[in-house]
Amino acid sequence: MKVFLKVWRQAGPDVTGRLVDYTADNVSPDMSFLEMLDSVNETLIAKGEEPIAFDSACREGICGTCGVMVDGRPHGPDPCTTVCQLHMRRYKDGDTIVIEPWRARAFPLIKDLVVDRSAFDRIIQAGGYTSVNTGGAQDANAILIPKTVADEAFESATCIGCGACVAACKNASAALFTSAKVTHLSLLPQGQVEAKTRVVAMVDAMDENGFGGCSNEGECEAVCPKGISLKNIATLNREYRRALLS
Amino acid sequence: MTLDSKVPSGPIQEKWDRHRFDSKLVNPANRRKHTVIIVGTGLAGASAAASLGELGYNVLSFCIHDSARRAHSIAAQGGINAAKNYQNDGDSIWRLFYDTVKGGDYRAREANVYRLAQLSVNIIDQCVAQGVPFAREYGGQLDNRSFGGAQVSRTFYARGQTGQQLLLGAYQSMMRQVAKGTVQMFAQREMLDVVVVNGKARGIIVRNLVTGKLERYVADAVCLATGGYGTAYYLSTNAVNSNVTAAWRAHKRGAFFANPCYTQIHPTCIPVNGDDQSKLTLMSESLRNDGRVWVPKNAGDKRHPNDIPESERDYYLERKYPSFGNLVPRDVASRNAKQVCDDGRGVGDSGLAVFLDFKDAINRLGEPVVASRYGNLFEMYQKITDENPYKEPMRMYPAIHYTMGGLWVDYNLMSTIPGLHVLGEANFSDHGANRLGASALMQGLADGYFVIPYTLAHYIASTPVEKITTDHDAFKEAEASVQNRITRMLTVKGSKTPRQLHRELGRLLWDEVGMSRTDAGLKRALARIPQLREEFWQNVSVPGDANNLNKNLEYAGRVADYLEFGELLALDALHRTESCGGHFREESQTPDGEAKRDDENFSYAAAWEYQGVGTAPTLHKEPLAFEHVKPSQRSYK
Ligand SMILES: Cc1cc2nc3c(=O)[nH]c(=O)nc-3n(C[C@H](O)[C@H](O)[C@H](O)COP(=O)(O)OP(=O)(O)OC[C@H]3O[C@@H](n4cnc5c(N)ncnc54)[C@H](O)[C@@H]3O)c2cc1C
Ligand code: FES
Repeated sequence: MKVFLKVWRQAGPDVTGRLVDYTADNVSPDMSFLEMLDSVNETLIAKGEEPIAFDSACREGICGTCGVMVDGRPHGPDPCTTVCQLHMRRYKDGDTIVIEPWRARAFPLIKDLVVDRSAFDRIIQAGGYTSVNTGGAQDANAILIPKTVADEAFESATCIGCGACVAACKNASAALFTSAKVTHLSLLPQGQVEAKTRVVAMVDAMDENGFGGCSNEGECEAVCPKGISLKNIATLNREYRRALLS
Repeated sequence: MTLDSKVPSGPIQEKWDRHRFDSKLVNPANRRKHTVIIVGTGLAGASAAASLGELGYNVLSFCIHDSARRAHSIAAQGGINAAKNYQNDGDSIWRLFYDTVKGGDYRAREANVYRLAQLSVNIIDQCVAQGVPFAREYGGQLDNRSFGGAQVSRTFYARGQTGQQLLLGAYQSMMRQVAKGTVQMFAQREMLDVVVVNGKARGIIVRNLVTGKLERYVADAVCLATGGYGTAYYLSTNAVNSNVTAAWRAHKRGAFFANPCYTQIHPTCIPVNGDDQSKLTLMSESLRNDGRVWVPKNAGDKRHPNDIPESERDYYLERKYPSFGNLVPRDVASRNAKQVCDDGRGVGDSGLAVFLDFKDAINRLGEPVVASRYGNLFEMYQKITDENPYKEPMRMYPAIHYTMGGLWVDYNLMSTIPGLHVLGEANFSDHGANRLGASALMQGLADGYFVIPYTLAHYIASTPVEKITTDHDAFKEAEASVQNRITRMLTVKGSKTPRQLHRELGRLLWDEVGMSRTDAGLKRALARIPQLREEFWQNVSVPGDANNLNKNLEYAGRVADYLEFGELLALDALHRTESCGGHFREESQTPDGEAKRDDENFSYAAAWEYQGVGTAPTLHKEPLAFEHVKPSQRSYK
């Protein structure tokens, strides 16, 4: 099949960008969305034109490197699916698809569809860890953790840090990302020791890095490719209040 | 040059303890005066950076990704081994050691493997302390499962996302050090050369992938943790930007490359589907715990699997290997899949696939239990193939997955360039000719958390280095050579894309240096690779310039390196006329088609010394002695 693309091209952060039309020919339904973009790029490169810059690494939905707006929705139309896992069988011959980068103040554009998400690293640096040095840990089974608790912590810990939540949010808030890490660690005894300082520091880092506040729109949960739930934000708020009160 | 493995003397159980005691230490107050470069932020690199940062060294950490957390380790699914014996099922450090040496088909260094088994225990403790949410049982204890090649349950896991959880643990520890200022993170930097000053590794040249600028960094020692080279085959289960570049450039500066022909082909990957495919997706080996592998008994049977009655199915692994059944090691499972497909019994449109069936497991355990074990894998499979594995068997075929070969290192993880240490998949150390499932994560973390903090300290404490800056001539020379290569690529202005050339090389390697290898095939590969390389330099197209983000330029550089490295891969495979582990030479097999080793002639690690592009490298042999695990023909019957 053939699909028509409108792709955001912008040579660098300081120049203006625009949507450019491309046609992807010979698209097979089994191709992934990024393989479709690869094939467009192959044609451009063979002609000596600069290919469309976009990010990806694992191409199996786990590393969080990929991420573009597809028809205004982060990662495209399929629920709980990163754009690298989106397949062209979702589209039909003759469809037009608009592809744009994440847009958020905290994620400055680098080129075309690639943005700088290092602000997420800085949020983790503020407290997204347990303060244990290598060596000297007690036997792993000395800490019993109920299966239900471990499973819940795991669910929060599956965030891939792609930034779709920020891109979907009208405030460009990083609340879902931050809350997933806060929840993961605050559920576990290992993380509870520093729960209070952690939540305050991470929320502060969120603000300092230019992310907006959360106004409970729920767009983030709707587009999260890993199904990270809004309950995490409720936990974040609760933990934050508790930390401030004590 | 003779290779000195520096294995400490004494009984194997005491070697590491004694070695630690004999190693020199760096005074805590002096550590921050010593700069260490760590390239790579996968399990090996991130754990090393965190640990060395905690100790107080001045650590400079580099990765090609936009964040340290995106390293390829994140994709590991199945789990991590440790000899905890929590299940009381007969495991021990000795058994993990034994299994790993045997699984590696007697081509690994015993002392290293023993140390790895010892350290495995500490890794789990460390990760749990970091808050890694491993799977647990109802009583609150850690859960385990068994993994290919092991008859005990020693694999710890976090659903099908173990690598993600372990890497995030290491990444978070590292971010803590970034906040403290002991680790400086340089993301989106590609290492393109090692700088050697007076015979010692003293720095690196990187390209800032965002600005395009070449940058120089100087240090007292350099660690490479840049992963494996499976992507040389184009299609593999590795992340698309995994590469051999860092290891290869180090090789060109004097680091010997060991056993490149030991590549692992994973038996359970989603089969290739069309020419535009950019990578293959692994389905974790843990699936073989509950899934049963089969093909139709009769060649050409194209019925829907659900319509093929039990009596007409051949559960060939269970039939041929009654004691291990579906859990035979990867190389055995892969070769058998190829065999049944070569017999015309392969399934799917291409005939290059076998079934992995969960029907019995679902009947026995119920769908919820199966979903809790493999839910995310089933989902991933369905997304890619549009088929529901709860309702019909999965289709699987082997794919390149892991590379046991890598830069040669001694017991201290130091390469043949003094000061250049190599960690994780990038080195050749612990898995011999075949790696057991769930052992790569273990090795990466053992190297980073528990080995390098000691061995690097010893190197630093015992090796005085002169004070130099990045203005040293060696830096200028290295930068100029990197610049020159980039300029050359940009000026070809041909019409073939790097991907086309990479795909062609990959197909050649897969056909001739893949699951089974022959003298004639390897010679064909060796004749063809230089032609492809020539074509690259005559006709590659790299539009744009080097002054900003140019992913095609990055990629072209990696392809150019595969085109040099591929030749070494084929040459090593040609020289090793025996079969062992993942290296199967058709000329060397037992009457029933199993790999046949030749211990008399090949019980050594082959370490190759670079002599120039297109010039035959020099072979150095590190003899392997097996004092504790007596080599025998592996048998999983
Ligand atoms: C799909 C899949 C599933 C797997 N599942 C398991 C499993 O269940 N259990 C198990 O034990 N093993 C598993 N493995 C193997 C295991 O994941 C890897 O062997 C291991 O993670 C490698 O870790 P590493 O730290 O050595 O390298 P990597 O994680 O590959 O990291 C390499 C790092 O080097 C950086 N880098 C590379 N080149 C350069 C350069 N030139 N300059 C700068 N930086 C560079 C990258 O940015 C990255 O940070 C799996 C592998 C795959 C492909
Ligand atoms: S490329 Fe890794 S999640 Fe899409």
